[in-house]
Amino acid sequence: MNINLKINGKTHSDDVEPRLLLIHYLREVVGLTGPHVGCETSLCGACTVECDGKAVKSCTMFAVQADGANVTTIEGLAVDGKLHAMQEAFWNEHGAQCGFCTPGMIMASKQILDRNPHPTDEEIRMGLEGNVCRCTGYQHIVNAVRAAAKAGA
Amino acid sequence: MIPQTFEYTAPKTLEEALQIIAGGGKPLSGGMSLIPMMKLRLAAPDHLVDLGRLKDLHYIREEGGALHIGATTTHQDVASSALVRGKCPLLAQTAGGVGDPQVRNRGTIGGSVAHADPSADYPAAMQALEAKFVLKGAKSERTVAAADFFLDTFLTALEPGEIVREVIVPVEDGSTGTHYEKVVQKASGFAVVGIAVRISRKAGKIVWARVGVTGLANHAYRATAVEKGLAGTSGGATEVQNAAAVVADGIEANSDLHASAEYRKHLAVVHTIRALLAALARTA
Repeated sequence: MNINLKINGKTHSDDVEPRLLLIHYLREVVGLTGPHVGCETSLCGACTVECDGKAVKSCTMFAVQADGANVTTIEGLAVDGKLHAMQEAFWNEHGAQCGFCTPGMIMASKQILDRNPHPTDEEIRMGLEGNVCRCTGYQHIVNAVRAAAKAGA
Repeated sequence: MIPQTFEYTAPKTLEEALQIIAGGGKPLSGGMSLIPMMKLRLAAPDHLVDLGRLKDLHYIREEGGALHIGATTTHQDVASSALVRGKCPLLAQTAGGVGDPQVRNRGTIGGSVAHADPSADYPAAMQALEAKFVLKGAKSERTVAAADFFLDTFLTALEPGEIVREVIVPVEDGSTGTHYEKVVQKASGFAVVGIAVRISRKAGKIVWARVGVTGLANHAYRATAVEKGLAGTSGGATEVQNAAAVVADGIEANSDLHASAEYRKHLAVVHTIRALLAALARTA
């Protein structure tokens, strides 16, 4: 089945099997390996990308469902080599350790501030409910989101 | 985890969708339950009919003293709707606690209700709200009350070829306080036990109470014995404790790795008390 969609501002047109998951389409067909395959059961959030402005788990969506959509992956956040404020905040606050969850964490964190520019710590934690990190203990990630909010991301 | 092959159609109209579903097509809404089941190969539909793109199933409107919510309205849209938050706060609160933010962005009210997971959040609220569901097939349309809709684990009153087209919930009046209290299964966000409560209190007396319970039994149910125990009382702590004590009476409770049947029943009593007290605090 033919799908047409925008990924990180660029138009893509591909023939895909209906059963191809969006995460596999992004990684294996388009070549964007930023979004990670973690749990594959829509629990861990490592595969989180933005689809029409909303954070989604791309392991629990078929590529055909994204036909006509506007998709942003972690690769699409930096503009002309300049990191997005949320990426900058993760960098400064040491919000990444092994880095596996980080692309999903940053996409979910971006949505928190898109919806509420001044979240409380509890709102930040609730906003990250769908993302699992096995290294940091979350504190530095929460610090990063708070710092990005302060910086006006 | 790759699902089995299937044919995929994204119909332009509801009529077209219902025709394909009548021929054996499987409706796909947000896919937050169906896609994981397909990946695990617990489900292997031949033909998926994507309802997610049908704009005329995505709405929230007030009509005749009730809120009418289109089947493909997402949990996020229900939770953040000013109309739902103002007029049916129990539903908004319930929707805001489903899964996690990413799941709420995709998952839909109609899909969740039709799936009838025994641990899903919405069915508790639907029972407490005495919600009605508009069920539509290619040649039929009927309205079924929540009490007659949830039949068993993953089993509802939906006939082959029918979909949930709309959910109808009441607009609360000023006398009502509501609350949803759940013990969350941390990884999935599902309810180990979830208690949805509505209480109408006037001049210090409880006029009526509605209590919906999910996670405990094979399907969400209304705890009518608790409701009867509360009616006419002032809703003091002892009255609430006595009424809540019977929430799991006569129920064959679920047992799994998250909680034994006995523990679930205990949780149900404790959290019914908490839900009732929270709802009472919100009554006038």
